[in-house]
Amino acid sequence: MNDIIIQKLRSQFPESVGGTNDFRGDLTIQVRREDIVKVCAFLKNDSELSFDMVIDLCGVDMYRPEGRFEVIYNLYSLKNKKYLRLKVLVDEEDPVVDTVGAVWSAAAWHERETFDMFGIKFEGHPDLRRMYMPEEYEYYPLRKDFPTMGITDSIPLPRK
Amino acid sequence: MAARVLDEPKKSRILEALEDQDTTVVLDDALENSMILNMGPQHPATHGVLRLLVKLDGETVMACVPELGYLHRGYEKIAEGSTYHEFIPHTDRLDYLSPISNNVAYVLAVEKLIGVDVPKRAQYIRVLCCEMARVASHLVAVGSMAMDVGALTVLLWTFREREKLLDIYDVLCGARFTTSYTRIGGLQQDWTGQCTAMLTTFLDEFAADLDEVSRLLSHNRIFIDRCENVGYISREDCIATGMTGPILRASGVPRDLRRDNPYLVYPELDFNVITLTESDSLSRFYVRFNEMVESAKILRQALQKMPDGPFSANQAKKVLPKKERTYTRMEELIQDFMLINMGIDPPVGEVYQGIESSKGELGFYIVSDGTGHPWRMKIRSPSMVNISAIPIMCKGAMISDIVAIIGSIDPVMGEADK
Repeated sequence: MNDIIIQKLRSQFPESVGGTNDFRGDLTIQVRREDIVKVCAFLKNDSELSFDMVIDLCGVDMYRPEGRFEVIYNLYSLKNKKYLRLKVLVDEEDPVVDTVGAVWSAAAWHERETFDMFGIKFEGHPDLRRMYMPEEYEYYPLRKDFPTMGITDSIPLPRK
Repeated sequence: MAARVLDEPKKSRILEALEDQDTTVVLDDALENSMILNMGPQHPATHGVLRLLVKLDGETVMACVPELGYLHRGYEKIAEGSTYHEFIPHTDRLDYLSPISNNVAYVLAVEKLIGVDVPKRAQYIRVLCCEMARVASHLVAVGSMAMDVGALTVLLWTFREREKLLDIYDVLCGARFTTSYTRIGGLQQDWTGQCTAMLTTFLDEFAADLDEVSRLLSHNRIFIDRCENVGYISREDCIATGMTGPILRASGVPRDLRRDNPYLVYPELDFNVITLTESDSLSRFYVRFNEMVESAKILRQALQKMPDGPFSANQAKKVLPKKERTYTRMEELIQDFMLINMGIDPPVGEVYQGIESSKGELGFYIVSDGTGHPWRMKIRSPSMVNISAIPIMCKGAMISDIVAIIGSIDPVMGEADK
């Protein structure tokens, strides 16, 4: 199954698909940032693969100069009972990815959470608000340069 | 005596404080306006600190926006600063209605990362734990959903049953609620004969007790009228919004990770995946109800098939040694010291492992950089995703249906807010 997925993607999108990795049976495919919506729509609509659910979508801060953030798409195919992970690298200066909310509506909340935690903006998202942190909060807590103890006075306390 | 001059009637201070721009509404035509209602975060029917903003036209819900984050504790950030073992107690606090299955889900993910084979006996005990947690959680879900729509007795009866399961946890690991029972590569301690006896007694009585509950509800006209055709969501919407667990199965998609992507020893056990097609609050209730019967079946089989043997893997650099050996032998003391202080040494890589918890797919995605701390840990919490379907389910419903809908989703905010 893994070979079929890789082969199909490579023949369909020769430029957009980067390296692949198979660790403990989990297949990860790296996708170019500009093409993620195209690739996702293909994976969903292809009748043989039919990845019809996005189980999870999250960010990772790798804390390196090139491609600091990774956006991880964890897809699931009800037909093949198979997981697939896509990975998109995002730079710190321009942390923008196109939203895949039009492909799976489940992505909308996950993207909001990723925006809340990492500050990665999802272009075309209809409702990109903070998920957990207050609206006026100005930091992104899951970035590696945010201290676990928090930042003093970053949330105003209620006056007595 | 001079007559008291009465000037304008004095407003009470509390009314004065309340009257400002935000509360005073001027309506041109009362019937032409929609009303925005705030429900929660402190509302008994929202099962914790879920907040809903509801736009109403009369009593009909026009739109609904859930707000999360009132119980956000930053567990993903905490995980990055703790060793793999240190995080186990935090998993109790995710879905606090079935803590023991969160423990299992987490250690399964870590074991997949570091590549430990867990002995058969430990796997059977974990299955027992997961299924007991499912029964305990579904009992609360069924009871509280019935209470939300007005049948209080059911909650008392289901809680009585749940107490018996918590008593088994107590004997099994010394804690009723925050269990922290699993260890990486095994368990904290072995399953005992006393647990078997208690669980057998529970299972013997359970069918009759469940039947009692069923007789209170399944012919109860008020309950059925409040739940039937309420909170409908189509099969396509269910898949698109990423629903898992009882909500997905109530819409006719027979997805159960125990069967589809098996973990532990579920392939050796015989059980049915309960699937209904109505996709309303009542069918979700029945899915949960019948899943409890299936879980009881699994529990009996697992008790029967459980082999003897060790309950923890014997891998010095990855699995904690037994306590009595730690205190008496040098080698094990060193291992224990290294594992506790430095953590295990996993390979560099990333894994995702999901289990079918009582609410849906509970998954842990771990990115390891080869040190004793996870570089990144993402908790895929079913409640958070399931809550995202509330706007679809509530649209066009009456305001009193919202409680039946939330009850049928059975969200746990500890998990949704992480």
